[in-house]
Amino acid sequence: MDYRIIKAETITETVKQLFTDCNYYIGDDILCALKNARENEQSEVGKNVLSQIIENDEIAADEQIPLCQDTGMAVLFVEYGDKVSVDGSFDEAVQEGVRRAYIDAYLRKSVVDDPVFDRLNTKDNTPAIIHTKIVSGDKIKITAGGKGFGSENMSAIKMITPSYGVEGVKDFVLDTVRKAGPNPCPPIVVGVGIGGTFERCAQLAKKATFREINTSNPDPRYAELEQELLEKINLMGFGPAGLGGNTTAIGVNIETSPTHIAGMPVAVNICCHAARHKTAEI
Amino acid sequence: MKKIKLPLTDEQISTLKAGDSVLLSGTMITGRDAAHKRLFELIEKGEALPVDIKGETIYYVGPAPAKPGYAVGPAGPTSSYRMDKYAPALLDLGLKGMVGKGARSPEVIEAIVRNHAVYFAAIGGAAALLAKSIKKTEPICYEDLGTESVRRYYVEDFPCIVAVDSEGGNVYETEPKKFNKE
Repeated sequence: MDYRIIKAETITETVKQLFTDCNYYIGDDILCALKNARENEQSEVGKNVLSQIIENDEIAADEQIPLCQDTGMAVLFVEYGDKVSVDGSFDEAVQEGVRRAYIDAYLRKSVVDDPVFDRLNTKDNTPAIIHTKIVSGDKIKITAGGKGFGSENMSAIKMITPSYGVEGVKDFVLDTVRKAGPNPCPPIVVGVGIGGTFERCAQLAKKATFREINTSNPDPRYAELEQELLEKINLMGFGPAGLGGNTTAIGVNIETSPTHIAGMPVAVNICCHAARHKTAEI
Repeated sequence: MKKIKLPLTDEQISTLKAGDSVLLSGTMITGRDAAHKRLFELIEKGEALPVDIKGETIYYVGPAPAKPGYAVGPAGPTSSYRMDKYAPALLDLGLKGMVGKGARSPEVIEAIVRNHAVYFAAIGGAAALLAKSIKKTEPICYEDLGTESVRRYYVEDFPCIVAVDSEGGNVYETEPKKFNKE
């Protein structure tokens, strides 16, 4: 079988570029949603907060500086073609890309080596969290994002059982957003994973936050649920920065997976308005 | 928009009401999770602190590195609730102001009222914009903590909102209720 060879250095430079770009340039989907929200925001303070956020994101892009000081933990979703070979360690190539981005692009190093005891900063933001899926083809597709922890800390997972149905899903998503309140830097993007196993469900929720918010789940029933949850969240009143208003979220994205006959796990990954992700195909 | 000089005076604090938009000018210190943990451990042991917090305003921030030519990198507020365990002890030692984002615990609000202090909210995620108001920074202590070290910030017209005032008025309690339609 013929394999397409990709240089490890190409992977490294691509990853470096993705993390640099996602921290400097907010997506058009987010910027557009923030501008629309400002038009429809009923609170004067809320309007003012949205203006500050929009101005902030424009300054970051103009001056090529991070739009938020929390440039996040590096998370990557990789679709790795089964007819591709990298001339070196793929994992090392990715970690080196993260290292170069966080050092050369003046991003904050926010990773500690040990979660409980040492908590010493690794000084280059590695290791990145890499989710790899083998797909058919001779390409490697990488979606990368920096995930800030103000919102990550507000996320939750629940092993709901099937008898609770769609109402159980709605209640859990809304309860999680309500508990988060003003803390995750609203207006937020809500990633919801439903199905799979405990860990797959959480991974889907993260993947959902990496999808553009001007897109919908391809299944119309889930697309409708996304819309309903977004409307209900915006009735809560937290508003921009949690200072009151009708813009608490700018997007709800749902990703699903087949699951077990006994289960219906739901994970809610909350993301701040700085929902940063970029994609490249090599 | 009220212009407020730092360090805060008791008279100034009395004029600040929850919901006021203010511009802060003067000096404040920085500190977040790791620095608070160290300061709190010293207080518990009854030892002296490496920074005099009496009358100070503390900004909960861990900035990104500064690009050449910049006084500071992007520097927005971090979530304040993580400092709730430590804040009452610092307030009881004379800390007068806190700048962060998000709601505080009832214990912190009680300590704010007890000590005639104030809690300001800056806009989370507006780090590039907020950094424009920070003109100079210098180290104070805990430099080994990197972005979490304690520094002195010189600010001009730093925009924030009075989130909890000295009488316990709290925007996170009152404002969302006005817009709640559930």
